[in-house]
Amino acid sequence: MSDFPASWQFRSPKVRLALWFGWLCLVALFVWCWQVMNENTIWMFVQDAPKQAADIGGRMWPPRWSYLGELMVPLWDTLNMATLGTLLGVILAVPVAFMAARNTSPFPLILRPIALFIIVASRSINSLIWALLLVAILGPGLLAGIIAIGLRSIGFIGKLLYEGIEETDIRQVEAITATGASQAQVLNYAIVPQILPAFWGITVFRWDINIRESAILGLVGAGGLGLKLQNSLNTLAWPQVTLILLVILATVVLSEWVSAKVRSAII
Amino acid sequence: MLELQGLTKTYKTGDTALSDVSFSVPKGQIVGLIGPSGAGKSTLIRCINRLVEPTSGRIALGGRDLTGLGVRDLRAQRRRIGMIFQEYALVERLSVMENVLSGRLGYVGFWASFTRRFPPADIQRAYRLLDRVGLMTHADKRADALSGGQRQRVGIARALAQEPELLLVDEPTASLDPKTSRQIMRLLVEICTESGLPAIVNIHDVPLAQQFMQRIIGLRAGQVVFDGTPDQLTESALTEIYGSEDWTAMRKGHEDDKDAEADALRRLSVIPA
Amino acid sequence: MTTYPTTWRRPPQIFTHRGWRIALQLGALAYLVFAIGTLEVNWTRITEGGERGMRFIMGFLSPDFSSRWRDISQGLIESLTMTLTSTVVGVAISIPIGIGAARNVAPRWIYAICRSIIAISRALQEIIVAIFFVAMFGFGPFAGFLTLSFATIGFISKLLAEDIEDIDEAQAEAIRATGASWGQLINYAIQPQVMPRLIGLSLYRLDINFRESAVIGIVGAGGIGATLNTAIDRYEYDSAGAILLMIIALVMVAEYSSSYLRKFLQ
Repeated sequence: MSDFPASWQFRSPKVRLALWFGWLCLVALFVWCWQVMNENTIWMFVQDAPKQAADIGGRMWPPRWSYLGELMVPLWDTLNMATLGTLLGVILAVPVAFMAARNTSPFPLILRPIALFIIVASRSINSLIWALLLVAILGPGLLAGIIAIGLRSIGFIGKLLYEGIEETDIRQVEAITATGASQAQVLNYAIVPQILPAFWGITVFRWDINIRESAILGLVGAGGLGLKLQNSLNTLAWPQVTLILLVILATVVLSEWVSAKVRSAII
Repeated sequence: MLELQGLTKTYKTGDTALSDVSFSVPKGQIVGLIGPSGAGKSTLIRCINRLVEPTSGRIALGGRDLTGLGVRDLRAQRRRIGMIFQEYALVERLSVMENVLSGRLGYVGFWASFTRRFPPADIQRAYRLLDRVGLMTHADKRADALSGGQRQRVGIARALAQEPELLLVDEPTASLDPKTSRQIMRLLVEICTESGLPAIVNIHDVPLAQQFMQRIIGLRAGQVVFDGTPDQLTESALTEIYGSEDWTAMRKGHEDDKDAEADALRRLSVIPA
Repeated sequence: MTTYPTTWRRPPQIFTHRGWRIALQLGALAYLVFAIGTLEVNWTRITEGGERGMRFIMGFLSPDFSSRWRDISQGLIESLTMTLTSTVVGVAISIPIGIGAARNVAPRWIYAICRSIIAISRALQEIIVAIFFVAMFGFGPFAGFLTLSFATIGFISKLLAEDIEDIDEAQAEAIRATGASWGQLINYAIQPQVMPRLIGLSLYRLDINFRESAVIGIVGAGGIGATLNTAIDRYEYDSAGAILLMIIALVMVAEYSSSYLRKFLQ
C-alpha cells in the first residue's frame, strides 16, 4: 500500500490553537464580567425569586376586565402618539436623508457629516430616553411622547431612506439630466419615483415599531397606556397590570399584521 | 451644425479616454460611431451634452459653444440635444406619458412639472410622438410594464419631445434582440430623415452600422482612425479600428439575417448621403 | 390629419376608484384634525420648559463628566458587563431553541414549543420584562442581565431558525445519504452553513443589547440608564448631557466595530 497519512486534521495546529485561545478569552471575559456585575447583587433576593414570581402571578390572575373601559382613551392616545410621532419623524427625516445621501447632498462636505451625526444621535438614543428628557423639559403629556417618537424615528427612517437614495439607478438620473432638467426636477422625476415604494415600506415599518414604543412611554410620564401601567404598578393593582399588558399585546399584534399587509401590498 | 475641435478627456485616474477628436456633423447626417469597448465612444457622446466634462477642446452646436457654460446656460443648451440610452434609462416607475413629458423638463418650471401640468402644446406633441413610435395606446401604462423594444421607443419619444437639434444615441440596440434592433434602427433613421435631424449613434454592431448609417467614424483608444462612408469601411479599415480578429466573427453571425433586410437596404439607398 | 388631446392627467396608481380616493383623503384629514384636537397642550408649561430646554442644550454642549464620574463609571461598567454576559448566555440558550424552531430539522412538537418560546420573548418588550424581573429579583444589574438574555433568545433563535430553514437542502441531502445521524447532520450539513451568520447576528445583538442596557435602567434594572434617570430627576443637565454623549459614542464604537468584525469574519 501507499504511504498516505493516516491522520487528518480539519485545521492546522496554529489555527486550532488560536481558536482555542479565542474561546478561552471569551470564557475568561465572561467570568470576569459576571463577577463585576454581580458585586452588589443580593443573592437572597434571587433565591427568593420563584416565590415572588408565584406570588405576583397569583395576584395577577384574573385580569380586571371592568377596567377595560378606562383604557380606551389611553389606547387612543397611544395610537395617536405613534401615528403623529411617525408623521413628525418622516417630515424631519426626509430632508436629513437627502442631505446624507452621497448623490443628492447639496453641500456634501459640510452637510453630509451633520446629517449623518443627526442620524447616529437619533438612533443611539432610545425613545424612552428621549421621552425622559422631554418630559423633564416640556412637562408630562402626549406632546412629549410625540416629539420623543418623532426624534427617535428620524434616525431609523433617515438611515434606511438615504441608503435607498444611494442605491437608485444612476442611468435614470443621467437620462433626466440630459433633457436639461434642473436639480429639483431631477429629484422629482428620477429619484423620487425610484425610492417611493421603499419610503412607504420604511414608514409603515417604523409606525409599527412606534406603536410598541409609544405603549410604554407613559412609564416616564408621556401619556398613553404606559401611564396607566405605571399607576397600576405603583398601587400594586396587579389585575389591572395584566389587563393593560393584554391590551398592549393585542395592539402590537394587530399593528404588526397591518404593517405586514401594507408592506406586502407595496412590494 | 455640430463641430468638435480638439476634444480631449483625461479622467482623474489618468486614463485618456479621448485625445484630440475633431469632426463636424452637417444637418441631417446620421453618423455611426464604432470602435472596440473602451475606445471612448460613450465618453465622446457624453462630452457633447457635458454629462462628462471634457478636459479641453471646443464643442459648437449651431455656432454656440457648449464648453464653459454655467449651470443655467448648460440646461438651456441640453434641451437642444436629445439623448437615447442603452437599456432605455426610462424612469421605470413613472407612466409612459410622464417619461415622454420629461423631455420637456428643460422648458417648464419646477412647479408645473411637479404638479404634472404641462402646457397643452407639450401634451399634444407627446401624444403625436407616441403615435409616431406606435405606442398611442400605452400612454397610461407604467414604463416597467413594457417590453424592451417598446421601452426604447418611449426613449426615442422622450428625446424627440425636447425638439432637439441633435440626437445623441448611445448603444440603442445593446439589450434588444436582432429583429427588434433593426426595427428600432429603422425608426431612428426614418425620424431623423423626416426632420433633417443630425444624429450621432454609438454602436458596437458593425453590420448594423454599415446597413443604417450614412457616415461612419471609427474610434480607437480615443482617436479617430476612420471617417468615411459605409462602403469605404473595408476589411483593412476594420482591422485598423478593432485590431486583427474580433470583427470578422461579429460579421459572420449576422450573415443569416441579411436576406430579411434586403428591403430595408433598398429603402436606405434612396436616402441622400 | 389626426388631432391629439391637449390634456393629460396622471392616472391614479393605487386607488383607481375616485370615490375611494376622496374618502381616504378626507378620512386622513379628519383623523389628523381630531387627533391633534385631542392633544392637551399646556402652553404655559411649555414656555416654562423653554428655559429648561436651553439649559439642557447648554448641558449637552458643555457636558460635565467629572462631578458625577463615580456614578457614571459605575453605570457604564454595569451596562457593559450586563451586555456581554447577557449576550453570551442568550446566544448559548438560543442555539438549541433555534435548531428546535427550524421546521426542516426538528420534530413537530419540539418545533411548536420552540416557536412559542420565541413568540413570547418577542411579544414582550424589554422594558415590561425588566419591570417584572426587577419585581422578582430586586433592583440592580442582575435583573437587567436576565431581561437582556430573555430578549436575546427571541431575537437570535428566530433568525437562526430562519437561517437553518433557508439552508441549501442539497448539502443536507448529501450528508443524510451517507447514513449520518441527526447529530452528525447538524454538525456537518447545518453548522458550516449557518455559523458565519450566527456569529454576525451575535455581534449585532451585542450592539443592540448595549443600547437596551441604557434604557432598562430607567425601571431599576441597573446600568447607565439608572444613572441617567437620576441625573435628569435632579435636573443635572450637564451630567445628563455627558451620559448621553457617552452613550452615543459607545453605540457608534459598537456599531462600527461590530460591522467591521462581521465583515472580517465573513
